[in-house]
Amino acid sequence: MAKRKPTLQSELESLEAIVRELEEDDLDLDRAIGRFEEGVRHLKVARDLLAKSELTVKKVLEETDGTIALQDLDD
Amino acid sequence: MGALDLFSHLPPSTDGAWRVAEVTRRARQLIERGFDRLWVRGEVTGFKSYRSGHWYFTLRDADAQIRCVMWQSDNRRVRTQPTEGTEVFVEARPTVWEERGEFRLTVKRLLPSAADGAWQIELEKAKAALERDGLFDSARKRPLPPFPSRIAVVTSEDGAALRDIIAVTKRRWPVVELVVVPTRVQGDGVETEIRAALRTADRVRGVDLIIVGRGGGSREDLWAFNTEIVARAVAAVSVPTISAVGHETDVTLTDLVADVRAATPSAAAEAAVPDAERVQASVDQLARRLARGLSGRTQLAEERLARTADRLGVAVTSRMAEERAYVSELAARLDALSPLKVLRRGYAVARNAAGKVLKRTRDFEPDVAFHLTVSDGTVAAIPRGNDG
Repeated sequence: MAKRKPTLQSELESLEAIVRELEEDDLDLDRAIGRFEEGVRHLKVARDLLAKSELTVKKVLEETDGTIALQDLDD
Repeated sequence: MGALDLFSHLPPSTDGAWRVAEVTRRARQLIERGFDRLWVRGEVTGFKSYRSGHWYFTLRDADAQIRCVMWQSDNRRVRTQPTEGTEVFVEARPTVWEERGEFRLTVKRLLPSAADGAWQIELEKAKAALERDGLFDSARKRPLPPFPSRIAVVTSEDGAALRDIIAVTKRRWPVVELVVVPTRVQGDGVETEIRAALRTADRVRGVDLIIVGRGGGSREDLWAFNTEIVARAVAAVSVPTISAVGHETDVTLTDLVADVRAATPSAAAEAAVPDAERVQASVDQLARRLARGLSGRTQLAEERLARTADRLGVAVTSRMAEERAYVSELAARLDALSPLKVLRRGYAVARNAAGKVLKRTRDFEPDVAFHLTVSDGTVAAIPRGNDG
């Protein structure tokens, strides 16, 4: 099984949680820096995901044995 | 005998005889209780529309006839008045008009042609079955994922619907992957084909939303989407669904079952994906809050340090300086990821000699030099005046 791909939703949710934590007052500095670094990582993944500018369109083919294959759809 | 028994428990009148009004009232109660609403097929004759807007006519076939009334509140939804001799289907409730002792039908719905009517009756039956199973309940409706990553589209491979969906998605949210599950959308036996395509779409890994539909067409063309088979298949899908069948005015059973009904395939795509530019803006906003959040923390730490510095001495001060250096390094990394990229698109930032960003015309003083930061560096500039 391939590793679960990060989704924009999960990245933004994590980022949002970190930002909220940082905006609250009772976080010590070490932890704040750690969380900030984490936030920067999520930000980077989110921006990379958003940077995809070419829509992919695939076609689903179902084999006779029920397995599903994806094939590029020619425009 | 049996019928008379039914009347026997009525309050007796003084002379032992029934009053006429009592008979007709009792007859009405019995008739109304004895029948559910019925669909009746017959030929319209003696049609009359009164000033009040109510319709009176007789429905007949080869063997019998029955008087009918259709109140204005019900008949205003009927597009064309039936003409003499037209065959119609009526959905009606048998009753007795007490004042005249006349048996008649109160017509709630009237479908002007036999072909239309047969179609409508089938639709009504399917609709009632779906409704009974709670498939139209608003509580069933699931919210759409805010940022779908893989959307399955169940439609005809060479239809306008697919082209429209691709075009809109390309413009708004190219981040997504569309997977097309081709199926015929009209013709004989197409219901089971659409059902199979929906099941396949639901099995494709990572699909978080399914759009099902087709472009506009005649009522016959859209028929498959009014079948119980397709509607139930849509309801059975494990991820949220958007239906887009035909034009604005066509509402099919599939539309009623789907989590979201879109008026057209383009509208379905609009509903399915966010606008990348807006998302970009909110990500930038989060980035700014992240940076501010951290600088707020370091400020607080510095204030605390200032208060305790005498006691803790030099060791703490140097640790603090280290941390501050680290923070500014992090901030620089954040910067590298961030809105400065905008400069590459041709925007420039104006700053005065002190480094303050000049945002409004009143921030500029005539003949006082300022700096313009563009994508690859900074240029000096002097305002000549105000353009207005």
